[in-house]
Amino acid sequence: MSAVLQNLVNQPYKHGFVTEIESDVAPKGLNEDIIRLISTKKNEPAWLLDFRLKAYQQWLKMEEPKWPNVKYPQIDFQAISYYAAPKPKKKLNSMDEVDPELLRTFEKLGVPMHERAALAGVAVDVIFDSVSVATTYKQKLAEVGIIFCSISEAVHAHPELVKQYLGTVVPVGDNYYAALNSAVFTDGTFCFIPKGVKCPMDLSTYFRINTEESGQFERTLIVAEEGSSVSYLEGCTAPRFDTNQLHAAVVELIALDNADIKYSTVQNWYAGDEKGVGGIYNFVTKRGLAKGANSRISWTQVETGSAITWKYPSCILQGENSVGEFYSVAVTNNYQQADTGTKMIHIGKNTRSTIVSKGISAGHSNNSYRGLVRIAPTASGARNYSQCDSMLIGDQCGAHTFPYIQVRNQNAKVEHEASTSKIGEDQLFYFAQRGIGNEEAVSMIINGFCKDVFQQLPMEFAVEATKLLGFKLEGSVG
Amino acid sequence: MIHQDSKTILEVSGLRAAVEGVEILEGVDLIVKSGEVHAIMGTNGSGKSTFAKVLAGHSAYQVTGGSVLFEGQNLFDLEPEERARAGVFLAFQYPIEIPGVSNSHFLRLAYNTLQSQRGKDELDPLEFEDFVREKMKLLEMNPNFLDRGVNEGFSGGEKKRNEILQMALLEPRLAILDETDSGLDIDALRIVTNGVNKLANKDNAIILVTHYQRMLNYIEPDYVHVMRGGRIVKTGGKELALDLETRGYDWVGVERRVPASA
Ligand SMILES: Nc1ncnc2c1ncn2[C@@H]1O[C@H](COP(=O)(O)OP(=O)(O)OP(=O)(O)O)[C@@H](O)[C@H]1O
Ligand SMILES: [Mg+2]
Repeated sequence: MSAVLQNLVNQPYKHGFVTEIESDVAPKGLNEDIIRLISTKKNEPAWLLDFRLKAYQQWLKMEEPKWPNVKYPQIDFQAISYYAAPKPKKKLNSMDEVDPELLRTFEKLGVPMHERAALAGVAVDVIFDSVSVATTYKQKLAEVGIIFCSISEAVHAHPELVKQYLGTVVPVGDNYYAALNSAVFTDGTFCFIPKGVKCPMDLSTYFRINTEESGQFERTLIVAEEGSSVSYLEGCTAPRFDTNQLHAAVVELIALDNADIKYSTVQNWYAGDEKGVGGIYNFVTKRGLAKGANSRISWTQVETGSAITWKYPSCILQGENSVGEFYSVAVTNNYQQADTGTKMIHIGKNTRSTIVSKGISAGHSNNSYRGLVRIAPTASGARNYSQCDSMLIGDQCGAHTFPYIQVRNQNAKVEHEASTSKIGEDQLFYFAQRGIGNEEAVSMIINGFCKDVFQQLPMEFAVEATKLLGFKLEGSVG
Repeated sequence: MIHQDSKTILEVSGLRAAVEGVEILEGVDLIVKSGEVHAIMGTNGSGKSTFAKVLAGHSAYQVTGGSVLFEGQNLFDLEPEERARAGVFLAFQYPIEIPGVSNSHFLRLAYNTLQSQRGKDELDPLEFEDFVREKMKLLEMNPNFLDRGVNEGFSGGEKKRNEILQMALLEPRLAILDETDSGLDIDALRIVTNGVNKLANKDNAIILVTHYQRMLNYIEPDYVHVMRGGRIVKTGGKELALDLETRGYDWVGVERRVPASA
């Protein structure tokens, strides 16, 4: 591609700054003592320490997966610090008491969260370097019986619930990174929607990684009881660093009969610079169990950040007539690598799943879709529709599709469609000839391409995602 | 229409241009004044579309010599989008499809970009909807073309109409219509050319690239040029088109060319 297709991606990372808050950092390295230290620091019950140690034992026996279509230097797990907590100055009862430094950070991010929470009616559970420092709207939610708090808090306040569900969708030994997370997770979010309750607002968490070289191991657990529903938003940004940071989160969703969980993510971790130096390694295990009849689990993700993304938000469709959805936009630029997709495991009768994946590659990046659709012998009448589209910007990047389809039931119907397109110079010339510059043209083409996914996002998230894509791709064309 | 107090809109002298190292334009001379309609005819591959795209600024073509002034300004100082905003419009011979981008959104953005350039008010989506529907009536276009992707799945003739719709919206100073007539059925040709005639006035100018004298019955040219081997080798009045119709191109350009509009 000519000069026209060279510049749209190379906009410096806008969220690159470090907030100066004193950190309490554990010594580097991982062993049973470190795990005990984390557990002690967090004043955890014995069963949770047990859970962690079991995970650690499994992890020791496992190997780092080599099958993803990504390349990176060997990670030295002993060079990572597994615990960092900002020293809380005092107990916080309202937003006013939140560290002004932290508030300024959100300001810089363009997320004035107090306003955001109030204006948008969003309850924001702020995760700042592994420890929650403020929770809003909790009371309003409590009125209808919804529990929305940090997972550490839940461990103390609702131990029976956490114990009942933690690790039931993603077992401690599920995979290498999930095992690691289970051993060392420091905090995350717990969300419980009781029977028959429709959550009155979108629940939202903003994640930040703040301490250099501290791995971030978030743990999220969302349980929707019979007939309940919830929409959960996860958004991430991270400050700029030169050394790679490992981020290995685990998210578990459980939907009982007639329950509905919608989980939306806009991911914008630091992606490394235009030469591929630095950036977050984002190795995430996200899985939802549509356990009850007529339950629904819907994943929507807009992945724009991280040096490497390894992530397959999945659905286990166990309940009869349960529904799984996966809507994804993954953008890679410069030297970013993404290997992402989903797994739809059909177990119950008449289960249905939809997969819509849009991969956009620019610069020297590599973007892979990897998806599994498995129809178990029990899943009579199951249906799946998958659509995987790739778009290339420039000719130095790659798009790959790895669909795996396993059908063990004669009555199931599986459809797969795929396409690859390129933003062509002639298209950009057409826009230019009508007075529309390259950046705007690319943004229009990309938004058109991503429309099916964006319309799944809650309104204000869709606006944010559209802007984010715009500045991720600025400079890659033009 | 040639008139007294016309201003020079386009002045092309000795324009040479190459694509991938092969020279296609080998010294084009052309002067276009306001109010005028120029037809460019010529054999396949003679360089007509290349000329149009070079004027519009397609990056695949390198200008290797000569000059082009647009309203007195060096056209090559401007980026393609700046040329468009300055009033250069090209109706493409093969309009490209842009799937996923809604036609109405695209048209509105193009329109508003020009409006703001001209210091005029932009239209919001509802106002624009009314405005564009009026323009579509002129071309007897079904409004449901607004909801489709830009040119996406349009028939050949529909694409051409969509081009002229854009001309009607953008009201260019110089419109270059590259074979807008080919692919149009007889009724469509009448409708589209009628639309173009309504847009022509004493302040703007039109360059029509065509293979058919028939088009020129509808839009009457002040000059007819013949392009051959990347140059304008003959210029005449509208009767030249009739000549070409009967005699073909073989005889043209055998004699030394005369500078256009000399
Ligand atoms: N991008 C390109 N790469 C290679 N050759 C090209 C390119 N663009 C144009 N040409 C060549 O330049 C010559 C002129 O092409 P152009 O499209 O300008 O002709 P034209 O006069 O418009 O023809 P037609 O009447 O068939 O539309 C042709 O021989 C064509 O093959
Ligand atoms: Mg042509």
